[in-house]
Amino acid sequence: MSDFLSVDGLEAGYGDFQALFGVSLTVTEGETEAIIGANGAGKSTLLRAIAGQVTVTGGSIRFDGDDLVGVPPHIRVVKGIALVPEGRRVFPSLTVEENLLIGAYRSRPGAWTVSKVVELFPLLGRLLRRSAAKLSGGEQQALAIGRALMANPRLLLLDEVSLGLAPVIVKQLYEALPGILATGITLLLVEQDITRALSVADRVTCLLEGRVSLCGRPDELAQDDITVAYFGLPVSE
Amino acid sequence: MVWVSAVVQGILLGGLYALFATGLSLAFGVLRFVNLAHGDLAILAAYLTLSTSSTLEVSAWVSMVLVVAVMAAVGYIAQRGIFNFTIGPDPLPAILVTFGIGVVIQNALLNHYTATDKRIKIGSIVTKSIKVTDRLSVGWFPLLTLVVAVVILGGLQLFISRTRTGRAFRATSDDPKTAQLMGINDRHLYAVAMAIAFGTVGLAGVFLGARTTFAPSSGPNELLFGFEAVVIGGLGSIWGTLVGGVVLGVAQTVGNQWSIGFDLLAGHLVFLTVLAFRPNGIFGTGVRT
Repeated sequence: MSDFLSVDGLEAGYGDFQALFGVSLTVTEGETEAIIGANGAGKSTLLRAIAGQVTVTGGSIRFDGDDLVGVPPHIRVVKGIALVPEGRRVFPSLTVEENLLIGAYRSRPGAWTVSKVVELFPLLGRLLRRSAAKLSGGEQQALAIGRALMANPRLLLLDEVSLGLAPVIVKQLYEALPGILATGITLLLVEQDITRALSVADRVTCLLEGRVSLCGRPDELAQDDITVAYFGLPVSE
Repeated sequence: MVWVSAVVQGILLGGLYALFATGLSLAFGVLRFVNLAHGDLAILAAYLTLSTSSTLEVSAWVSMVLVVAVMAAVGYIAQRGIFNFTIGPDPLPAILVTFGIGVVIQNALLNHYTATDKRIKIGSIVTKSIKVTDRLSVGWFPLLTLVVAVVILGGLQLFISRTRTGRAFRATSDDPKTAQLMGINDRHLYAVAMAIAFGTVGLAGVFLGARTTFAPSSGPNELLFGFEAVVIGGLGSIWGTLVGGVVLGVAQTVGNQWSIGFDLLAGHLVFLTVLAFRPNGIFGTGVRT
């Protein structure tokens, strides 16, 4: 049986700057996998490479049996990959509802509609006609997740959902994850907060300076090993 | 009364400028693309209409429909084949490439049609007018031009604000990278926008060529008026383009009424005044970076 998503020996970067050095990872359908690591470890680059937004210089990305390297981002959406980008990136000149509708531009058949998204994030309900530029950070993040869901993806990539948001908002957003998983979506998320990542994920991969430093199921990983893998320093005696 | 007449004629002239500037406004609004060959494309369309009429022995109206369709197709191909490679954070490549294309068009036209002034014969509508009072009459053809401009710009506004493709235009204009994540093929979308831009400039070229005489070198002058209309109205604003065209047209006719030959200068002065006191234009919201 072929893996749902398998990344093998991936090398990628921006122009002359290489950010990933032979990263490998596999994601099983229906599971939640978290990527952790310090700033600049290459977490976002890895998600962008899977979504098709960075140049891949080596290795392979296979999704449901197809090789994705060289496939443009808009075709990957049709294949069932949606990315919630870092910094939310809602379209400021569109209303909230239009942002959701644009998410369904090349939608696959599936359950997600504007009303289903509003059910998941009730706070969006009264904001549908408002300009997306006028939302708070938490509202924009909920909108960005909803917008990605509108494409009815099979694999949802979440990049730093909690970035710059108040803990109470982050808690609300994470409480929506079971509702997303219930529709059969596989999640691959980037999270700086180790505790939160360990609590939601079935599998965790830790990146350090563009390389995989640790991976496994949360209950198999020792706290000290994670600390070493995260910071790259041995734990002092 | 002569002043009222000057204002009315200016509004009608503004219709032509607005129609001409539609494509500039759209290309800038969606693609942030400055097309310096825009004026030459209008003149090209005017010549093509002449040739189509004489070759196929059809009326200028039939030729116009064919030429607009051909121009739109050329716009799509030009975007996919050439312009898409010039798009980026730096606007200079697009400006240089379209400047070069403009020079090529002018010289090709000169080679094929010579420098003799031409005019499209579009029937008796050009000379007929409605007499409102003894001293004020409105020409049918300028009136038709204005109506066409309003219909085209209004249609475009509805298209952009209400349709799925229009929504994709706005999203791509906001943030092309993120638009790709929505499944939008930005290269195709840009080409669709350029097809509309070329189609409308083709239409404007036919109206221009039926209104006055034209020569292979007429393009850059028209381009200047088009840019002035777009900037006065506000970059990227569709209704602003209509208002900008009308403001420019009125400035020119009223200037000419004040002193014969003062028309172009009056237009430029109004343009500079708007630029000085309202650099984003009347309806402009400013250019996002």
